Amino acid sequence: MESRRNPRAVVDPKVRQVGFFTSSQPDSTYQPDPIASESHPVVSSISPSGNSLSPVMIPPPRHNSSDTFPLRAAAAASAVSPSSFSYSTRRDFPDGSMTASPGRVSRASFSKPSSSLPGVGMDSMAAAKSSSVPASGLTTVSVVNMPPGLSGTVTCFKVVDLVLLDSQCLVYQIAEKESDQKKNSKPLKEKTTKAERRALQEAQRAAKAAAKAEGGKAPLVSSGSVASTNVKVTKPAKPSSQKNDVAAVAAGPSEKKGGQAEKDRKKDAPHPRMQYDDESRVVKAKRRAVVKQTEAKNRVELFRHLPQYEHGTQLPDLETKFFQLDPMHPAVYKVGLQYLSGDISGGNARCIAMLQAFQEVVKDYSTPSEKTLNRDMTAKISSYVSFLIECRPLSVSMGNAIRFVKNRIAKLPITLSESEAKAALQSDIERFINEKIVMADTVIVKHAVTKIRDGDVLLTYGSPTAVEMVLLHAHELKKKFRVLVVDSRPKLEGQLLLRRLIKRGINCTYTHINAVSYIMHEVTKVFLGASSVLSNGTVYSRVGTASVAMVASAFRVPVLVCCEAYKFHERVQLDSICSNELGDPNAISKVRGREDINYLDGLTNNANLQFLNLMYDATPSDYISMIITDYGMVPPTSVPVIVREYQKEHSLV
Amino acid sequence: MPDVQSTVLEFVNKLRKRKIEGSQATAKCTVELLRSVISQQRVPHSNQASALIDAVKAVGEQLVAANPVELAVGNVVRRVLHIIREEDLSLATAAMAGLDLLDASDDDGEDDNCKGVGYSAMSAAVAAAAARSTLRPPSLQTLLEGTPESAAVPYTSSSGADSESKTADKSSITRKLKHDVIEGVNHLILEISGCHEQIAEQAIEHIHQNEVILTLGSSRTVLEFLCAAKEKKRAFRVFVAEGAPRYQGHLLAKELVARGLQTTVITDSAVFAMISRVNMVIIGAHAVMANGGVIGPVGVNMAALAAKKHAVPFVVLAGSHKLCPLYPHNPEVLLNELRSPSELLDFGEFSDCLDFGAGSGSPLLQVVNPTFDYVPPSLVSLFITDTGGHNPSYMYRLIADYYSADDLVM
Repeated sequence: MESRRNPRAVVDPKVRQVGFFTSSQPDSTYQPDPIASESHPVVSSISPSGNSLSPVMIPPPRHNSSDTFPLRAAAAASAVSPSSFSYSTRRDFPDGSMTASPGRVSRASFSKPSSSLPGVGMDSMAAAKSSSVPASGLTTVSVVNMPPGLSGTVTCFKVVDLVLLDSQCLVYQIAEKESDQKKNSKPLKEKTTKAERRALQEAQRAAKAAAKAEGGKAPLVSSGSVASTNVKVTKPAKPSSQKNDVAAVAAGPSEKKGGQAEKDRKKDAPHPRMQYDDESRVVKAKRRAVVKQTEAKNRVELFRHLPQYEHGTQLPDLETKFFQLDPMHPAVYKVGLQYLSGDISGGNARCIAMLQAFQEVVKDYSTPSEKTLNRDMTAKISSYVSFLIECRPLSVSMGNAIRFVKNRIAKLPITLSESEAKAALQSDIERFINEKIVMADTVIVKHAVTKIRDGDVLLTYGSPTAVEMVLLHAHELKKKFRVLVVDSRPKLEGQLLLRRLIKRGINCTYTHINAVSYIMHEVTKVFLGASSVLSNGTVYSRVGTASVAMVASAFRVPVLVCCEAYKFHERVQLDSICSNELGDPNAISKVRGREDINYLDGLTNNANLQFLNLMYDATPSDYISMIITDYGMVPPTSVPVIVREYQKEHSLV
Repeated sequence: MPDVQSTVLEFVNKLRKRKIEGSQATAKCTVELLRSVISQQRVPHSNQASALIDAVKAVGEQLVAANPVELAVGNVVRRVLHIIREEDLSLATAAMAGLDLLDASDDDGEDDNCKGVGYSAMSAAVAAAAARSTLRPPSLQTLLEGTPESAAVPYTSSSGADSESKTADKSSITRKLKHDVIEGVNHLILEISGCHEQIAEQAIEHIHQNEVILTLGSSRTVLEFLCAAKEKKRAFRVFVAEGAPRYQGHLLAKELVARGLQTTVITDSAVFAMISRVNMVIIGAHAVMANGGVIGPVGVNMAALAAKKHAVPFVVLAGSHKLCPLYPHNPEVLLNELRSPSELLDFGEFSDCLDFGAGSGSPLLQVVNPTFDYVPPSLVSLFITDTGGHNPSYMYRLIADYYSADDLVM
C-alpha cells in the first residue's frame, strides 16, 4: 500500500481532465488517451539533449474553485506561455494531437505569441499546428509544452486546452503527461517543483474520487458529464484499485508513514468499502483468499454488493487447512474460527478477542532479517486482518482497533530494540482494551444508572453488553424497575440476556419484536446498544434496533443508546442497504425449536425464493434522544465532535 | 330446531377454542349458520321481521361472546340483521305503496288496470328508495332524490282486485319475507366468498412493473391480489416478513413461490431496514374499524410507521365482511388476544432459573405474545375493498351502507 503513491507518479503516463465539460460533445472535443499514446513516442524520439535551464510548469489549476477556474487557467496559461519560451527549450506538438482536436482554435492572444517564439535549438511546430486548426472562433486553445529536459530522456509536457464553446460552456482540459525512461526517474523526482508535486497530488485525489464514484456507483458524482469524463480519463491511471481489496469492508485501516501521508489521510474521507458487485475486485480478492467460499446460489439481487456465500462450508475446510497455513498465527486462526462459527459475537467481545490475538502475535514476533519491524509487522497484521475479514466482515469497533494498532506500530521509534518495541506494543494493546472498552463500559454504566428511577419500565432489544451491565448495576443499587426484553429471530440473543437477568432476580417480560407496539405503552425508557455510531448520528446496530427506536419515538418514549466511544466512526450512512452484513439465509427458513413450522422445507433451492438475513440496520438520529458514551451523555448531533476529538487523542496516545 | 341449536353450540365451541382461523372463514361459517337459523325459524303471522331479528340476535350474541375479538362474526350478524330489516321495510313500503296507490286509484281510477304486471318490480325500487331514506342518515343523494321521488314515481298500480285478497296477501308476504331474507343472505355468502376476486381485479391499477412490495402476515386476499397482478404480466418482487411467533409469512411465501412470484423472506426486524427500497406495503386486514383504523397481524403497526417514515404507500386490503361499524377504544389491548407463551419460549426452559419459592408471589418472568396490532388511520394510505379504493376517512360512510344503526349495539 505504501507503494501506491510514489511510483505511479513517475511510471505511468498520466492524463488528466479537469473542469467543465459540455455534455453536448464530451468525447469528440478531445480524446486524451490515443493522443497520449501517440504523442509520447514522438516526443521522446525527437527530444534532444536538454539545454534548458529548468523545467517550466504551468501552475496546476485548483479544481475546488471550479467556477473561477477557466479564467484563472487562462490567465495562467497566458502568463506562462511566454515565459516558457524564454527559458526555452522546445515545444513539441505532434500532429496527431492537433488533428485529434479539430473543434478548437487557438486564441490569437495565447498561441500566436507562443508560436512566434522560437524554441532554442528546437523546431517549433506550434505555428503549423495552430494554423491547421479550423478557426471556428468558438474555442480557445493554448498549448504549451515544456520538457523538463534534464536530459533528453525525461520528457514532461503539459497540454493545456482552454476550449470556449460559448459564453456559458467553458471546457477546460488539461492533459498532463509525464513520461520518462525508468532509469532516470530519480532525477525527475528531485527536480519536480512544488507546483508539479501539487499537480500530482491533485491528480491522485481526482483519480481517487473518480474511483470512488465508479466503485460506489454513486449517482451524485457521476451525474454530470464532468465526472463521467473524469472517470474515463483517470481509469488508465489505475487509481487505487489494489488498495481497497484488503482493507475492504471495515474501516479501511490505512497505514502510511511519515507526517505528510498521515496528514493526508486525516483529511481524506474514509476509504470506500469493497463492493462485491465489482467483479474484477472480487476475482482479485478471491485469489488471495485463504478461506474458499462458495457463493450462494440464490443471491438477493439488492445485496449484490455484499458478500453472499454459502454458510457452513468454510469451517470444515478451514479446519483441515490448519497445517497448510503456516504464515497464520494460531491465535489469530483460533479467533477467526470462533468468528466463523459464531462462538464470539458482539462488538466488544470480537474486538477484545482480536486484540488479544494480536498481543500473542506481537509476543511471538521476531523480525526477519533485512526487514524492519515497522513495515513487516504492519504487513503481517494486514494479512491477519484480511484473514479475519474472510471469516466474518469486521465490525467498526474492530476496524478502529486495527487502525489503532497499526498506528502504534508505525509510530514506534526506530531506536527501540525489538524486545522493547514488542513490549511497548503489547502494553499499548493492553491499554486500549482497558481504557477504551473496559473502563469505558464502567463509565457508561455510571452515567446510565443515573437515568434509571424507581418504578421505571425499561425496554431493551437483543443482548447489548453495555445495557446489561447498566441493568445489573442498577439492580445492585436496589433500584426498583422492570425490564422488557424484546427479541427477534433468528439469533434470539434476547433469551440469553433474559436468562442472565432473571438469575439476578430482575423482573422481566419477554416478547418478540412484532409485539413492540403492544408493549410500548407501559415503557418509560428504551435502552439500546450499538455496533457503531456514525458521524451523522446514525446508530448502526443489530437489525431491529431501528424498528424499536422508531416505535419508541412514535410513543414518545426516550431512546438511550449506550455505546463506547471507540465504536464511533467518521463514516456516514443513510440507510441499511449500502453497507451491511448478511447472515446465514438458512437460519430463516428453519425455525429453531418449532418443528411444526416447516412450510419452506425443500424450497430453499427454488429460484423464486430468497432468504435475506440482514445483520445490522441504521437507526436515523431523529429517533435517538441520547447517546451515553464514556465521554458523557450527548445528543446524536454531537457525535462528529467526539469522532474528531477522539481521533486527535487517538493519534496522540 | 334442536339440530340448529346443536350446530350453533358446535360453532360457538369452535369459536371459543379458536379452531377457526381467519376472518373470511369465520364470516362464511357464521352466515351459513345464520341462514339455517333463519330458514328453520318459524315465523308468526304478525311481526315476522322482529321474530327473525330476535332469533338472529340471540344466536349472534352467543357467537360474539364466544370470540369477541373476531369482529367478522359481529359484522356478519349485523349484516344479516340489516338484510332482514331492509327486506321487511321493502315489503312494508311495497304494501304501503300498494295501499297508497289503492287510495290514489280510488281518486282517479282511469289508469288502474293498465300495468298490473309492473307492480312487484317497481314497488321494490320504491321500497328500496324508501328504505334508504329511512334507514340511513341523510346523504346528498337521498336529499336530492327523496322529494321528487313521490312525485316522479309513475302510477304503477296494482289492480283494484287486491283489496279483496288482502289477507291472502299477508300470508304470501310472510313467506315472501323469509324467502327474500334467505335470498339476501345467499347474496351475502356469494359476496364474502367472491371478495378476493373483486379486490384482485384492482391489482393491476396499483402494482407496476419492477416494483418491490412488502407484505406481512398470511392473507388470502393479499395472495390473490399479488397473483392477479402477476397474471397480468407484471414482473415485481415481493418481500415477505416472516411474522415471528406464528411464521405466517413462511406460509405466504410458500404459496407465492408456488405461483411463480419472486419472493424474498426477511426477518421481522429487517422491515425497517428494507422499507427504503420498497415501493408499496400491502397487507390484509383482520378488521377495519369505523374510524379507518386497522386491526392486522402483529407487527403491522411497526411496518406502517416505517412506511410513513419513508413515505411508502401503506395499502390495506379488506373484504366488506371485515368492515366493522364500531369505533375502537384502546384497540391494542381490548381488541387483542394473547397467545400461548410456548410460541416464544419452551415450557420449562427457564424453570431452572426461576425461584418460585421466594419472591413476592408475582413471577419474575412474563411472556407477552399478542396476536393483533392496531394501525391508526393516519398511517393508512388506502383501503381497497370489493367496492374500490377508499380513504381511511371515508370508511365510516362506506360502513354505514352495510349496517343499520339499530344493530350497532347488540
